[in-house]
Amino acid sequence: MIAALIIVFREVFEAGLIVGIVLAVTHGVARRGVWISAGVAAGVLGSCVMAAFAGLISQAFAGAGQELVNATVLSIAVVMLTWHNVWMARHGRELAAEFRAAGQAVAAGAKSLFALAVVVCVAVLREGFEVVMFLYGVLASEGASAVEVFAGGVLGLLLGAAVCAATYFGILNIPQRYLFGVTSFMIAFLAAGMAAQAIGFLEQANVVVALDQTVWDSSWLLSDGSILGRVLRTLIGYNDHPTVMQLTGYGATLAVMFILMKLMASPTRDDAVTA
Amino acid sequence: MALIWPGASWPTASFAGVAAAALACCWAIAPAHAQDAVEVTITVKDHAFDPAQVEIPAGKPVALRIKNLDSSPMEFESKSLRVEKVLTGNGEAVINIRPQKPGRYEFFDDFHAATTKGVVVVK
Repeated sequence: MIAALIIVFREVFEAGLIVGIVLAVTHGVARRGVWISAGVAAGVLGSCVMAAFAGLISQAFAGAGQELVNATVLSIAVVMLTWHNVWMARHGRELAAEFRAAGQAVAAGAKSLFALAVVVCVAVLREGFEVVMFLYGVLASEGASAVEVFAGGVLGLLLGAAVCAATYFGILNIPQRYLFGVTSFMIAFLAAGMAAQAIGFLEQANVVVALDQTVWDSSWLLSDGSILGRVLRTLIGYNDHPTVMQLTGYGATLAVMFILMKLMASPTRDDAVTA
Repeated sequence: MALIWPGASWPTASFAGVAAAALACCWAIAPAHAQDAVEVTITVKDHAFDPAQVEIPAGKPVALRIKNLDSSPMEFESKSLRVEKVLTGNGEAVINIRPQKPGRYEFFDDFHAATTKGVVVVK
């Protein structure tokens, strides 16, 4: 039971962090509960569908189907996170003002909520697929111990939900005036880390072969398989031995994100921001 | 100060940026099986790798063909080789390994990580 708990928790944990961040980012936005729940539900459903077709997916694209699916969904999440941050840089301020005034920004806010719902869906899908495969294997083959393992899995899920709640309330403890800036940075680094992970899958699929030298190996110091390593891997894309291409993708994502946010920033911000 | 692109709505601009980034990556894309990879087969039966230790040449791409003879799914994973892949019960997969330096690279079944382990020795 402990083994199942650990495996399920480890997978759910990363999704929990991301959902927690998205919940904090959308704090106070009307109807966010519906959007985020829909994202989670779509992710769970997608996990089951992906697990049902796991054999087919693996055989697709000359055996690189699974890597390409992972790289694709991660890339979609990167685009959605970029979209969200750029959109908020442009409309965040007026949105907040409108909320206070009349609460008429629901339709406008829905665009950005859609992007974040997709991010939630992707996070749940990626981790959920492995959980479904693992639990299916246990139920299908390991007979008597199945109930116990299943209980471990459910406990792991609950612990993952606890991580999500802790992330959410942790971020909301940040003073209101810094909150927008902090969450923008978190989203940017989340996106950069996902871009590097997507490149990792493309490298594994032999689609990207250039710049595959390892830049550093810090696994002796902090393995990205450890708990702290996993937290940092999700939050800022920590990798204990990245390739040159992964670092390039990481830097390029941050650069594109911040340049677009700067270019698209709403003009009213000039008065308020002196930096 | 903030710059505005005249006439460009933000989605156009952001997707143009993404497209530019994607283009920048294209030069790195090569056909999937252009290189002659050395192929090594490992089977998995009763949650054990056979052979549990394989030797591969240094500096050459290698294709590890994993045959899962168990009816339950597994996840072939190696942190040091940077690979992870879920296999169905009785499934088969090829794990591409980039040219590596000499050394020992551990791999395991992530669904049975405590017991199902092996090592790639690069010489």
